[in-house]
Amino acid sequence: MDPIEIRLPHTIQRPKATPNYGPRTHTTRPIVTGTSVIAFKYKDGIMMAADCLASYGSLARFRNEKRLMAVGETTLLGVSGDMSDFQHMQHTLESILTQEYDMDDGQKLGTKSVYKCISNIMYNRRTKVDPLWNSYVIGGLDNGEKILGYVDLYGTTYQSATIATGFGGHLAQPILRRRVEGREDELSEEEAVQILDECMRVLFYRDARSLNKLRRAKVTAQGVEISEPYMLETNWSFAESITGYGS
Amino acid sequence: MMDYASMQFAPTEVPVEHHSHGGWEPYVDNGGTSLAIAGKDFVIVAADARQSDGYSINSRYDPKAFVLSNQTVIATTGYAADAKRLVEVMEQNAQTYFHKHDRAMGTTAMAQLMSNTLYYKRFFPYYVFPILAGLDKEGNGAVFSYDPVGNMERVVYLACGSASALVQPFLDNQVGGANQRGHEGGFLDRATARKIAIDAFTSATERDIHTGDWLDLFTIDRTGIHREKRELKHD
Repeated sequence: MDPIEIRLPHTIQRPKATPNYGPRTHTTRPIVTGTSVIAFKYKDGIMMAADCLASYGSLARFRNEKRLMAVGETTLLGVSGDMSDFQHMQHTLESILTQEYDMDDGQKLGTKSVYKCISNIMYNRRTKVDPLWNSYVIGGLDNGEKILGYVDLYGTTYQSATIATGFGGHLAQPILRRRVEGREDELSEEEAVQILDECMRVLFYRDARSLNKLRRAKVTAQGVEISEPYMLETNWSFAESITGYGS
Repeated sequence: MMDYASMQFAPTEVPVEHHSHGGWEPYVDNGGTSLAIAGKDFVIVAADARQSDGYSINSRYDPKAFVLSNQTVIATTGYAADAKRLVEVMEQNAQTYFHKHDRAMGTTAMAQLMSNTLYYKRFFPYYVFPILAGLDKEGNGAVFSYDPVGNMERVVYLACGSASALVQPFLDNQVGGANQRGHEGGFLDRATARKIAIDAFTSATERDIHTGDWLDLFTIDRTGIHREKRELKHD
């Protein structure tokens, strides 16, 4: 009697160039990605913005993704890079917050602690040569002190009055340095929002992996506040005059 | 028969926007310059505070020189994440030493500890070029030079980091007296050493794009560590 042949679904593929044996490999590239996050200090605390897009390569795959989150009561976290690695980080942070809550000692996890915690996770993963493919921006008020820090897949950390990840580092950071540096304690909320929108508009015009649907967030003495998604006004009339590669 | 083991289950492919040659590397160079000059009864340590990544400036003030005790300072350059971890490890070990022996660790002991700490990671090194400086048991200025895997040498003056090729020859000439006819040798006095350290950084800032913004300058003598923060060009 002939052996039974099972017809497999068409989604199962025969091995091609990459076999399913050989040395263990790690994440070597990000898959579903978020683009820039921008943030800076202003009079009342920290302002941050990121759009709602999670790209799949050049495909605008998920257009309602939240890339800003609160960690505890006084900390704001912005992320760019691989979204699944971000969700892994979210889970880790959630367990830490639960553990801290269970201590029942009335202590709240401050921004500096959250920043150090994320930095250690990122540096330990890079040391295993199995990085979390993200850049994180951590902002908040720690006992009234404004904290704004950065950490990425290399475990590189720094604090600054203005921070921008990815393309934002090239397109938004120069604007932020000009308008914010040295004025961190005098910038009003209105002006801060105006600067933020200006930077996000520039990014939307030039970053092909961005979306004109974004969230703004702030940390003040009143706590963390993340806005609902909103759109920016754009003007494309200049496009008519562009011929060839433009100029 | 179906060979299930040889099958891969979908999805097996993902979009690739940039084809890179070779995999991910766990190191980056964050630039920065540091130097130390030993005197008879003092030592000067200086390091800029810019942190950069390629052509981008990450931060204008990210200090890379740290006080380890009331007579020892460590200045780092290279990969900032490794440098910060190295300093943490040094601080922890110095603290443990204090509680074990009820006295602070001396500069020369700290120097050997640093060499051991670096060599411990010989096959996955800290990509850091540290300078350790302080006063030795006799109260003389001491500067220790390292490579990332822990080779150690005691020197009189030293420059490390992205502008080391600019600063070291300047120190050879101005501190070591190289190519100077009638140079008497011996140690510099404190005011001169400090001026040379500052001049070295103003000049390095002119030509090296990874050096600038702020200068952390430490003068260590038997009265303790005196720290100044000076402005460098922000361009």
